[in-house]
Amino acid sequence: MEDLLTRSVLAGNRLALARLLTQVENDSPAGRAALEELFPHTGKAHLIGVTGAPGTGKSSLVNQLALHYRKTDQKKVAVIAVDPSSPFTGGAVLGDRVRMRDLSGNDGVFIRSMASRGSVGGLAQMTAAFTQIFDAAGYEIVIVETVGAGQSEVDVARLAQTTIVVEAPGLGDDIQAIKAGILEIADVLVINKADRPGVEHTERALRSMLALAHPAPRVYRHHGQAMTVITPKVDQGLWIPPIVKTVATDGTGIAEVADSIARHAGHLRVSGEWASRDRARLGSELEAALEQALTRRFFQNIQKEKYNEMVEKVVRRALSPHEAVKVLLNGNSKQETV
Amino acid sequence: MTEKKIRVLVAKPGLDGHDRGAKVVARALRDAGMEVIYTGLRQTPEMIAEAALQEDVDVVGLSILSGAHMALAPRIVELLQANGQDRVKVFIGGIVPDEDMPRLKEMGITGIYGPGASTEDIIKDIREAMK
Ligand code: B12
Ligand SMILES: Nc1nc2c(ncn2[C@@H]2O[C@H](COP(=O)(O)OP(=O)(O)OP(=O)(O)O)[C@@H](O)[C@H]2O)c(=O)[nH]1
Ligand SMILES: [Mg+2]
Repeated sequence: MEDLLTRSVLAGNRLALARLLTQVENDSPAGRAALEELFPHTGKAHLIGVTGAPGTGKSSLVNQLALHYRKTDQKKVAVIAVDPSSPFTGGAVLGDRVRMRDLSGNDGVFIRSMASRGSVGGLAQMTAAFTQIFDAAGYEIVIVETVGAGQSEVDVARLAQTTIVVEAPGLGDDIQAIKAGILEIADVLVINKADRPGVEHTERALRSMLALAHPAPRVYRHHGQAMTVITPKVDQGLWIPPIVKTVATDGTGIAEVADSIARHAGHLRVSGEWASRDRARLGSELEAALEQALTRRFFQNIQKEKYNEMVEKVVRRALSPHEAVKVLLNGNSKQETV
Repeated sequence: MTEKKIRVLVAKPGLDGHDRGAKVVARALRDAGMEVIYTGLRQTPEMIAEAALQEDVDVVGLSILSGAHMALAPRIVELLQANGQDRVKVFIGGIVPDEDMPRLKEMGITGIYGPGASTEDIIKDIREAMK
């Protein structure tokens, strides 16, 4: 039996949705219970990650993209905008909404700002849970804007089905400056601020990186087999991230970005990668939960003294941590011999 | 369970471009450990109420130096209530003549601050209002 909060969220109540997000962000028992109830309703949304260096125009791009989705196919769009918490005070100024003014007054859009709260990647600990809530609440497109620094790309690429990496001219944009590994995670490369001088330079740098990046590993990743083709056709299952130039302040190039996202989603579905990513992500979530539960159960069943004794033995170097685990798990006889 | 953070929306309703005070206060609240959602300039009351709802804030802070507070503030309070956010506390900063204060307090504004107000007082008052 679903409780009131969950039912209100499923029924489209926006205040309930906002309050549930807070509950989940604070990891309250009510929030956890609701997440479980909502889980069967998840798995429908297209999660789009938007990452890139600070100030490249991520929020402005998200603003335009969401507008585009509302105008062209009336899809419900949720935006989760993550900004860093201060490591000293734990406080934060979340300013991404400043660039998303155009989305207000639109019932099909829900924007939520999120402080990273000590999480080191570009996402907060509860960002994934937020995407599940929006997914269950019927938002077909869920866009996550990361903190523009750190390991954000890797985290968001794991979470999202489609990852957009935003570059802008004038950020020291030669090959060396463009972060290594970006091609591993970018599904769509956007060069924003195309109205600024230096776009051609940024584009050239990105193109040569794309050309350098041997397609074989990507083929392997997508296909499970190595291929020798240098310029494979689209239907061979290789996705080469398109480069799209945009001016996020006036909307130039946004339709093209949306089109690239749609083609990428199509590619994931046809290649079977949509399903395999979903499986991998949920698999590791299950594993983490199992680990936690087993640890909790273990500590419920063991006497504190016995455990402390084992810690002592490890400290005296009488047992290695690994050996100690063996002993703890099966009450093994080696205990007597040491 | 994680410690509950105080979430504050800092907004500038109306048409004036004086945003220094809003930014100073936003930073001070961040340094006091609060999570501040900053909306930027030229927000309509509707935009502010909508942001307050989506962000599920505890406090709405309005910075108004245009003299239009008597038109803007009541409308925002009204919209917050209509949305079911009657527990949200509203604070105002900027240029508010003394004679307007009683009426603003009457309609449920929790705190009003003028030029030179100490951010420590503002922080203290917000914390107090959360109890
Ligand atoms: C700096 C300033 C400007 C700058 C603004 C720069 C900027 N980006 O902010 C510039 C030069 C652009 C400017 C322009 C104008 N200004 Co002017 N400006 C000032 C001035 C001198 C100081 C304001 C300031 O920044 N103070 C510093 C900050 C830190 O203080 P604060 O904003 O008051 O904030 C404190 C408190 O009010 C409170 N607070 C503020 N916001 C919030 C929010 C919350 C949530 C909380 C809790 C507290 C809080 O805490 C803060 C910390 O103490 C004031 C006079 C004054 N002494 O206030 C006039 C003043 C505000 N300006 C005025 C006017 C008329 C104008 C113009 C219309 C002038 C003109 N004819 O062109 C234009 C309008 C521009 C526009 N687009 O709106 C008048 C307003 C009159 C009124 N309301 O009745 C004032 C009062 C001057 C006067 N005495 O006539 N201005
Ligand atoms: N000239 C130009 N300016 C742009 C463009 N897109 C964004 N900007 C400006 O660039 C600045 C930063 O834009 P944001 O959208 O806030 O960038 P962001 O990447 O979200 O920034 P952070 O969240 O702080 O990392 C703003 O002043 C925008 O108006 C563009 O296409 N051309
Ligand atoms: Mg941003």
